[in-house]
This record gives sequence, structure tokens and C-alpha cells, in this order.
Amino acid sequence: MRKVLLLVVAALIALPASAQEISFYYPVAVGGPIAKIIDGFAADFEKENPGIKIKPIYSGTYQESIVKALTAHKSGEPPVISVLLSTDMFTLIDEDAITPWDAVATTADDQQWIKSFYPAFMENSQTGGKTWGIPFQRSTIVLYWNKEAFKEAGLDPNRAPATWKEMAEYAQKLTRHDASGKTTQWGVEVPSSGFPYWLFQGFTTPNNVVLMNKDGNTTYYDNPAVIEALQYWVDLAQKQKVMPPGVIEWGTTPKDFFERKVAMMWTTTGNLTNVRANAKFDFGVAMLPANKRRGSPTGGGNFYLFKKSTPQQQAAALKFVKWVTSPRHAAEWGIATGYVAVRPDAWDTPEMKKYVEGFPAAAVARDQLQYSVAELSTHDNQRVTKALNDGLQAALTGGKSPADALKEAQREADRILRPYRK
Amino acid sequence: MTRASSRAQIHGWLLLLPAAVLLALFTHYPVLATLWHSFHSTPRGSRPADWVGLENYRALVEDPVFWQVLGNNLWFAAGTIPASIALAMLMAIWVNGKITGRGFLRLAYFVPTVLPMIAVANIWLFFYTPTYGLLEQFTVGLLGLPSHNWLGTKSTVLSCLMVVTIWKEAGFFMIFYLAALQAIPPSLGEAAAIEGAGRWYCFRRVTFPLLMPTTLFVLVNAVINSFRLVDHIVVMTRGGPDNASSLLLYYIYDVGFKFWDSAYASALTMVLLAILAAAAILQFALLERRIHYQ
Amino acid sequence: MTRALETIGAWLLAILWILPLAYAFWTAFHPPEFATRFDLSAPLTLQNFANAWNAAPFARYFVNTVLLVTLILGAQLVLATLAAYAFARYEFYGRDVMFALVLVQLMIMPDVLIVENYRTMAALNLTDTIAAIGLPYVASAFGIFLLRQTFKTIPRELDEAARVEGAGPLRVLWEVYVPLSRPVYIAYALVSVSYHWNNFLWPLIVTNTVGSRPLTVGLQVFSSSDQGIDWSIITAATLMTSGPLLVAFLLFQRQFVQSFMRAGIR
Repeated sequence: MRKVLLLVVAALIALPASAQEISFYYPVAVGGPIAKIIDGFAADFEKENPGIKIKPIYSGTYQESIVKALTAHKSGEPPVISVLLSTDMFTLIDEDAITPWDAVATTADDQQWIKSFYPAFMENSQTGGKTWGIPFQRSTIVLYWNKEAFKEAGLDPNRAPATWKEMAEYAQKLTRHDASGKTTQWGVEVPSSGFPYWLFQGFTTPNNVVLMNKDGNTTYYDNPAVIEALQYWVDLAQKQKVMPPGVIEWGTTPKDFFERKVAMMWTTTGNLTNVRANAKFDFGVAMLPANKRRGSPTGGGNFYLFKKSTPQQQAAALKFVKWVTSPRHAAEWGIATGYVAVRPDAWDTPEMKKYVEGFPAAAVARDQLQYSVAELSTHDNQRVTKALNDGLQAALTGGKSPADALKEAQREADRILRPYRK
Repeated sequence: MTRASSRAQIHGWLLLLPAAVLLALFTHYPVLATLWHSFHSTPRGSRPADWVGLENYRALVEDPVFWQVLGNNLWFAAGTIPASIALAMLMAIWVNGKITGRGFLRLAYFVPTVLPMIAVANIWLFFYTPTYGLLEQFTVGLLGLPSHNWLGTKSTVLSCLMVVTIWKEAGFFMIFYLAALQAIPPSLGEAAAIEGAGRWYCFRRVTFPLLMPTTLFVLVNAVINSFRLVDHIVVMTRGGPDNASSLLLYYIYDVGFKFWDSAYASALTMVLLAILAAAAILQFALLERRIHYQ
Repeated sequence: MTRALETIGAWLLAILWILPLAYAFWTAFHPPEFATRFDLSAPLTLQNFANAWNAAPFARYFVNTVLLVTLILGAQLVLATLAAYAFARYEFYGRDVMFALVLVQLMIMPDVLIVENYRTMAALNLTDTIAAIGLPYVASAFGIFLLRQTFKTIPRELDEAARVEGAGPLRVLWEVYVPLSRPVYIAYALVSVSYHWNNFLWPLIVTNTVGSRPLTVGLQVFSSSDQGIDWSIITAATLMTSGPLLVAFLLFQRQFVQSFMRAGIR
């Protein structure tokens, strides 16, 4: 009996240390077999790194994922890492839920890795001198246009509008009515349901104004340039009548485009694969039209490291995140989903080069990065953006003038952010 | 059973205990805890909750979104409750009588109850989509009326959601009315017919009063549901445009689980509880008198 | 004449009522191009179902939901029976006060107490479990109320006859009261199952992972994507998730209505 016991003990000692398990929440914001790709990444990584187990937990939309991550954190069993919106950074810091990556990424190689991402994406990932998020699935807004509709309207099908003036002019030509005066095709659609603030940044950035400061405790909603940007947006529907009135639903805008109900649409570059699959006509992808300059907000999700994890888990998590954001895998991810590969050297990999050759539209979002700015992100982010969202929707439905709507939104934002300015 | 015998006392309480404990834990305690938490601030990170007295309620009174949401919910209740009850009664009468295709009608009316709201909300989203949505394929395509952004306009969005709710609820209430109708002895109807009473008169004087107990029961359900059902908002409008379609429970969810402002959410919940309690008292007090028991 | 008009009216309403389901069938079985075009010559396809099945772990969601609904119903029946028996046949101090407290839950359902109940679940360390979804509902005021009413109508002679035979109170409950209340149990079971199969907000809040997520939450997280709404895949998923309930209702329509009638719920 004792012999058996000794053998068992010996066997146990000889076994490798139990695997580190890294759970991570990830949202699926674009369609397609994303879950399978993530599972594939996990399996490949585990093969190369026995001793680490990756457990991807699919947690819904970005909104739902932050709720899940924070409820899990508050009730004691948070994931080790999570892919959450880059704009959730301040909220996560305030809730004391995350730890900066610099705390674990200490070697010179690690530091180099942090510096290897596009600066535009790091704007929502760093604050107070620390790196809180690692870019993973990032996007910008782009303009999709129906080349056939352009041809029919007498416009050059290979040239997208480059300025606000041009976009309004093209949209006029593209808006068609039938005999009884009903509109059968709209010129342009900029969706305004759910998170209109993001699309709004596609107007404010070209107007050379930002909506918040780097510390995330002040907003500039009532800046005259911001009001001007909203006026342009509102006029598209109300004065020029080239955009449907009222709030335009984000979810049905791509379908409107496929159905030829609209000739130009603004939406995320993450929709690229979807549009390619479903548009039964020739289409183009372009940067957003400029006014005083070019520009778009960035969007999408970063990897965050949660505080309530052991040092071993954090080290293993770092390994995984470095692996999945390596040039090869970043390229793989970008090709499969339509998100922008988050680092310049990913675009130089042979797979990516081939992909862009066959589908030049994929590089538009990358080219727009040099003009891109941070997405609206502050403390108490959800509330502060809701104030802006409500104001934008009020203006777009004709309930308030742009100036009034934005001034009220600014008042509300000030009230919310005051405690964070001490 | 002897009155107040100690064995009976113990047995009675033992039988009641499991249910009582769970009810206390998940209904009574939360009500009191909500009240308690509504007088404190929200704990954030390492900051604990402090006593703030009526400050959350003051914020509530000064919050224009709260008033908007409250108004919406009251309109919503007014719009859906009478309509779904009346429709349910009508459906039950039709299905109870000798109408052709009775089985199909009953199935069609009841089907919405069996489908999860979260699933059908997406389908209704399609119905309301401008130009190529089902509604507009009819109104614009066939009838030639102008297109309208039904869910994207503040004036129409709440009514559109009311239609979805009535569609979902009426069939469920119909079943209760059907059961009640089938329990009404036909002799009453026959007696009225012999006296020369018309169908409307018969309905108004005989059927309707006899359905009162069911109506009370259905009314309670309808009131609760008009404050409880927010699934369709999550999918179809997310409360927009500009809070025009937001309801109280949805706002509570936003405040409590998106903004993580649990203290303010507690204050809002107290308002909701007060409304439900008031509705309960009103119903039982007023309608109790008008019920005609067989 | 009015009869004819009424029949037409009833039929129009029925068609309107079944339209969403009809649309779901159309869209789920046809390719995405025909989601908005009702071209009768369109080809049929099962690809949408395959896509929906692959996009989210519906098998697991099904298991979770069946487990959830069954456990809740089982617990509800046991607890409500015991409590109703106590209220109907026992005299004890505080009985009427307790009954009034029970009735509170008729109006103030766990659905509106999400903030506090979430806190309680977190404190009990139960978040993200099926138990967490079900516990707030297991003590059902509606069930207690119904069963108490029913038990009260059962003639005491039967009760006494059983006691004469030497049966204890629980045996009397099991052999006399429960069998005679069958229609009520069935009616209640039907209401409970359909309520909890379709419940959304509370399960959304209290579950985080696939292991405990029911169908409604699974459907929601899957159908709201940045990419825009793909009705073909959503309707396919909808049909899959509501299929069992639909089929059950189709088969048991008559019994459904009859049990409500016999339960005397009015």
C-alpha cells in the first residue's frame, strides 16, 4: 500500500504544473464566424504554449460585454482579460477593475511591442502616462458608395466626394423621386440610432475640433465649430432633403444600401466583408469627406487586463495578447473581419499585401488613420455620451436647434464631470 | 383542526416556511433595501456609500429624462391596457361562437404569446423599416401614401411600440376570457333572446358583467406588464430618439447597469414600486365593488 | 350580414396577428436577397438555419432553458402547494398578515427589483448560474393564490375520510388535494413555462457566460451586431428557439384552453 502511495506521489510531482487558465470576454460586433476564428486562435496559441489554457467567453455586443465584465468584477469572478470598447477605459479605471499593461510588460521587448501600434489607436488606450488598453479590433468610419448609382446620376463612378460641398452636391444628384414626388433613392445616409456621437465625430473631426480633453474630464459640445458640424448634418435631411428625416437606424442602413434605397452610406469599416458579400453592384469605399481637414474617429475594442488576477495569470495573459497582436495574427484578424489591422508591420505581411491587391478598398481605413482622432471617451462615459446622443437625436428629429441641443448637452456633461475635475 | 392548537400552528408555519423565506429574500427584503439604498450615494471603486438623505430624489425631480420616461410609461399604459383587454374580449367572443375557421383564429391570436419578445422585436423592426419594410410596402407601395420614419420620429415611436405590445398581450388575455365565456351557462343567453334582447344588449347587460372577475384579473396583469415589459425597447429603439420611447424599467436598467449609478436606480425603482402599489390599491378598492359574482 | 362582416373582421385580425410568424417562416427558408422581396418563385434554402446554429451555441442554450424552466416549475409547484395548504387548511397566528404579504408579490414582481436582487445574488455568490435566474421566481404568489383558492373548494369530508384511514397531513395533501386540483396545476404549469421560456431582462443581467445563458439572452446577443440586421439568420434563430413552444401549443391547444376553464381562473 505504501509503495502505491509513493508511486502516486511521485507521479504527481512529475506532472507539469497545472495549466494557467486565462478566461477572456470578447464581443462580436461584426457578423461572420468570429467565434470560430477566436476559438482557432485559442487552439493555435495553446499548441505553441502548453501550460496555458485560453478560455474565450463570447459576451454579446460591446455594451453587453462591459456590463458583463463589470458585473463579473463586482461579484468576484472577473475574466483575466477582456476585449472592451477603447472608450471604456476611464470607467474601468474608476471602478478599479483594470491594471495597466506597463505593470506586466516590463522587458525591453515588451516596451517595443507597446510602441508598435498605430498612434491613432493608442489615443484611447493611454492616459496618465500609462497604457491601459492594447488595440485589437479597431475601426474607423468610411463612406461606401454605389458606383452604378453614380453612373446613372451622371457622376464619375470612380470618384467619391472629397469635401462636404461635394458630398452635398453629389447627394442632390443622387436623390431620385418618382412621379408622385416620393423619394425612391436617397443621396446619403448617416445613421443616428444607438450611438450617434460616433458618426458625429465624422463631422467634427473634418471641422477641426475635438469633443473632449485628454484627461477625460471636460467636453466641448457647445464649441461653435461643433455646432457648425451638427448644422451641416441636420441640413442634409432638413434643408437639402438628401437624407431621410428623423433618426436613421444603424442596423438597417447596410440593408438600405443593398436595396439601393440610398446611394452613399457612412458606416464602420468592420462592415466591409458584409458589404462585399451582399452588395449586388459595384461599390467603392472612401475616406470621409473633408471640410477644414480630413478625419474620422477611431472605434472598436482593446484588450484590458483585470486586476483581480494572479501574477502568473497576468504573465500568461501578456503572452497571449502579444501573440494575438503579432503582425501575422493581426493581419489574419483584419482580413477575416474587416477591422483595421492594428499595427503598420501587419500591413507588410505577404498575406495582407495580397489581400489589399485583390481588394484595395481594404486599405482605405488604414490610410485614414493618419487623420484619425480618439473616440469620445470620458469619466462616467456612458452618461456623458448619452447626453450628447440625446442632443443629437433631438436636433435630427427637428425637436431642437443644433445650438440649443448642444448647449443643453454640454450643461449636462459639465454637471456629470464636475466631480472629476478636482 | 382545533383552533390554534400548537401542533397546527407549528405545522402551518413549517408548510409556509420555504415559500415565506424565498419571498422575503427576493421580494420583501429588496423592497426595503431599495428604500434604504435610495437614501445613500453610489459606492464607486473604493469609496463607500454615504447617507445623503433625499438628494437622490431631488436629482430625480430635476431630471428631465425621468419626467419624460414617466410620462411615456403612463401614456404607454393608457394606450395598451384598454386596447389589449377590449381586443382580448372581442377575440374570445369570436372564437367562442360558431365562426368559420375557429381553430385557425384561436391559433393565430395566441401565437404571439408563445414567441419570445426579443425574437419578434427584430421582425417588427423590419415591419416598421421605411420604404421596403412590410408596413410601407403596403402604405407606400399599394396605397401611395408618403413614407414615414416610424421608429425614428419622436411623435410616432411610442405608438409603434404600443402596437407591438398589444399584439403580444391580447392573445394571452383572450385565453382567460375564453375560459370564462365557456363557463357562462347558455341558459342566460337563451333567456335574454326569448325576451327579445339584441346581441349588443345581451353583451352589455349579461356577458360583460359576468366577465368582470376575469376583467379584474386581466387588468392586474395588464398593468403589471405595461411596467414590466421592456424587451422590445432593447432591440428596436434603445429608448430613442432622444428618450421618446424609453420606459421607467428601461431607464432603471440604463442607470443601474450602464451608468452603474445604483443609488439613483434605487430611487427610480421606488417610484416604480409606488406606482404599482397605488395601482393595486386602486384596482382592488374601486373594482371590488363592481364585480358581479355568479 | 353582420355575421359576414364579423367573420371577415375576425379573419383580417387573425392574418394581421400571424403576419410576424409568417414573415419569420418566409425569411428563414429563403436566401437573404429575398428577406424584403416576396417573390414567390424564390428558391428555398436551409442555409440560414445552418448559419444560425453555427453562430452561437444554441444547443447549450436549449439545454439551459429546458433545465431552467423545469427546475423553476418543479420548485414552484412544491412550494406553492405547501404554502397554499397551510393557508387553506391551517389556522395559525399571523396567517392573514402572511397572506397579505404574499399578495404583494402579485403586483411587485422580481422583474422590477432587478437592482437589489442582483446585489443579493452577488452577495450569495450565485451570479451566472441557472439557480440565480430561477430563485427570485420560485416562491410564486400567483401559484399560492390559485392553489389556496382551489384547495378551499375541496370538501372537508374527503379530508376527514382520509384522516380516519390514518393518514397524516402530508399524505392527505398528496392523496386528496393534489389529484383533485390537477387542472389548476396544468394551467399554472403552462403559464409558468411560457413565462420563463420567454423571460429576458433578469436573465440578461444575472448571466455572463454561455454556461448559464438561456435562449432569449442567447438570441439577443447574437442578433445585435455592428454589421446591421440580417433578418434571414435572425428569423431562422427565432424559429429554432420558439419551435418547441409553438409545436407544443399546436398539439395541445384544446387542453390548454380547457385547463384554464377548469381551473376557474376568472
